[in-house]
Amino acid sequence: MLERFRRDLTMAEAARAPGGARVDHLAVADMIEPGSRVLDVGCGDGELLRLLELRGIDGRGIELSREGVNDSVAKGLAVVQGDADTDLVNYPDDGFDYVVLSQTLQATREPRVVLEHMLRIGRHAVVSFPNFGHWRIRLQILFDGRMPTTANLPETWYDTPNIHFCTIKDFRDLCDVVGAKMEKAVALNPWGSPLRFNAPWWFWNMFGEQGVFLLSRR
Amino acid sequence: MSADDRECMNETPAMARRDVADRLREAEHPQSPFVRFGDERPLALDSGVILSPVQIAYQTYGTLNAARSNAVLICHALTGDQHVANVHPVTGKTGWWETLIGPGKPIDTERYFVICANVLGACMGTTGPASINPATGQVWGLDFPVITIRDMVRAQAMLIDHLGIDTLFAVVGGSMGGMQVLQWAASYPERVFAALPIATATRHSAQNIAFDEVGRQAVMADPEWRKGRYLIEGTNPSRGLAVARMGAHITYLSDAALHRKFGRKFQDRSNPTFSFDADFEVESYLRHQGSTFVERFDANTYLYLTRAMDYFDLAADCDGVVANAFKGTKTRFCVISFTSDWLFPTPDSRAIVHALNAGGARVSFAEVVTDKGHDAFLLDEPELLAIVRGFLDAAAQARGIDAAGG
Repeated sequence: MLERFRRDLTMAEAARAPGGARVDHLAVADMIEPGSRVLDVGCGDGELLRLLELRGIDGRGIELSREGVNDSVAKGLAVVQGDADTDLVNYPDDGFDYVVLSQTLQATREPRVVLEHMLRIGRHAVVSFPNFGHWRIRLQILFDGRMPTTANLPETWYDTPNIHFCTIKDFRDLCDVVGAKMEKAVALNPWGSPLRFNAPWWFWNMFGEQGVFLLSRR
Repeated sequence: MSADDRECMNETPAMARRDVADRLREAEHPQSPFVRFGDERPLALDSGVILSPVQIAYQTYGTLNAARSNAVLICHALTGDQHVANVHPVTGKTGWWETLIGPGKPIDTERYFVICANVLGACMGTTGPASINPATGQVWGLDFPVITIRDMVRAQAMLIDHLGIDTLFAVVGGSMGGMQVLQWAASYPERVFAALPIATATRHSAQNIAFDEVGRQAVMADPEWRKGRYLIEGTNPSRGLAVARMGAHITYLSDAALHRKFGRKFQDRSNPTFSFDADFEVESYLRHQGSTFVERFDANTYLYLTRAMDYFDLAADCDGVVANAFKGTKTRFCVISFTSDWLFPTPDSRAIVHALNAGGARVSFAEVVTDKGHDAFLLDEPELLAIVRGFLDAAAQARGIDAAGG
């Protein structure tokens, strides 16, 4: 009974658009002007970078995992092996139009420092992350009494790389702390559809499974 | 001790003279194409010396396309030469980078026009200390000017001009070859579309200069070296050069690779001999490396090329900031390092990447997991081959080179 409830709380699989692209990637890509220069921090296997290059965007990536990097480079993407927490300092001011942090914020050791570097290196920052305030996650903790796992966050607490979860509300606070201006914001439901644009923040924080934000320096 | 070792250690004067004759022939009349630049095209060296004439020996593979856009320059390492993908005329061995270069290989000779030149200062047909000094009619020896990595690249640019190529599609090299790749990208950014520096650095470290110095001292301590005049006096400092090679060879491997290959195994015996014979397999292996090396390499060349590496420091030419060397470059880079390489460790490659990023360059960087040390760049490492292939394929697409090289 409890197991079934647990399964119900966990989505079956990550949402993809009809074309095969991940919906959160499409939401990120939609925030980026064609023809711009983009640095994707934590680019994984390079899927988002490929989507961006298809749109005529000059994309570069940083990825921690060696397999991810070597796969990406073998695909012809400009990706370097590196760590968002230690390597962003080596990038010059205004080196890029956009710096993207896609599903990586929660895995950084110092999210605030990373976000500050992003806004220094790029004129804009695009951040997407899983919303820990989503009702499924709240219910898992409330009823199951265990750290939540979902399709997007399948790892158990003891082997997850995700060490700094936050909610959409928490992220808004961080933006205020680092002095970032929020230019666009989208919350996606578990099927990848954007929530109603004029919904109040508490609604997004409850029903948005992921948040995608376009920031700039204030 | 193997037969090879005995031959090296107990060389007769007649054998030394034969070696000398062979080496002189290869230095002056190489068994590969070469071009000789006369007084009309002197080479101004970093040392201030104007070198002329300059001969450059090289090999090419594949066909230059009509647009002259598919040329790949391979830069060889300290002990390499132009015979990168053909049987070596002196040793009879296959080309030193046939894992990477050939028909259907990552650097596909059916698609690209591949050029590899013997570097300036070397001994396989490009002007160096084993060549004849036209002023004296005798072998240059230590009268040859000290050269730098940048001088080597200047000489290569003369060859590329001679071949009628404006922009190289790619410049590729490992170790000292990687230094040349970086120098090419810094000196002639508009002539390099893609650059692949492998297992290299923007400057030679103090540890590497120290290793080089040990090698040079081994050569110079050999009484047959004769202050560098051995080719004139008919001697051969093969013992010193073999020791230099043995020491250097250790730095090309790794503790793990040596342990895996040899461990503490004895060579053709079950007990120690309580002598200084090569009891251990690893000793025998090193002696073999030393003795085969001296058959094809010139001692003075070893001094000159290690010196060129010592002097290499890209930052020194740009106010101490390497990033300035790559500012605004359009070249796309792929930097590769190996986890067990302690001669050019990964942090050296990371420093290249940081400089390229700071200069706004398009750069990829991958670290390949292997226990084979620095030498891994020459070996059949599937991950390395896949990365080179992927990077060059994407670059070729961007350059408009199709699969047939057109």
